Amino acid sequence: MILDILSCILVGLGCVLGLIGALGLIKLPDTYARTHAVGVTDTLCTFLVLLGLGLQATSYVVIAKLVLIFLFLAFTSPASSYALVNSAWRWGLRHDQKLHLKSMELKTIQDLESSSVPQKEGNQ
Amino acid sequence: MSIYFIVAAIAIMVAMSLGVCRALLGPSVFDRILAVNMFGTKAVLLIAVFAFFTERHDLLDIALLYSLLNFVGVIAALRLVERGKYFANSNKKERS
Repeated sequence: MILDILSCILVGLGCVLGLIGALGLIKLPDTYARTHAVGVTDTLCTFLVLLGLGLQATSYVVIAKLVLIFLFLAFTSPASSYALVNSAWRWGLRHDQKLHLKSMELKTIQDLESSSVPQKEGNQ
Repeated sequence: MSIYFIVAAIAIMVAMSLGVCRALLGPSVFDRILAVNMFGTKAVLLIAVFAFFTERHDLLDIALLYSLLNFVGVIAALRLVERGKYFANSNKKERS
């Protein structure tokens, strides 16, 4: 009984986190910000859901398979995020300069508009 | 107990559909690759939840295999974007 409740809570938390990550994928204005949202929440969502499902397991083989799924996703998800962002930077995709400016506030808008940084597509 | 698995499966499917929205909307190809990567990861979770919902624990092998295939597919798509210049931009603009 307690195992059922715990597993429901963990799976529920994992699904909520997955929805938050997907919401970030829709709402954020820049490719690199979206990579942050997806890469951070995906691994934790996977961990919580698989842990919640593993509490319902009936034999050790099932637990071993769930552990293997989590290990593969934990190793490959950061690697694919890095490969994506590295490939995007080398392709020439640059981040939203005004988004960076709002968080740091070191330069003025006049400096930004007079700079000659080439802007590739990727800003909405 | 099975009602909670159905709710979890619906939540995962909503997250997958938001990923598909980004894959259709995304102005650059990297947004689309990211969305498809997230779609694949959520598909692995959906198969795992489904395996526990129907009490058929053999379906976890499919989830295991698909997590590997998803990773290989994302890396292959990124290599295609890197090597072939015209695949990354439908307007056929060159990198300056």
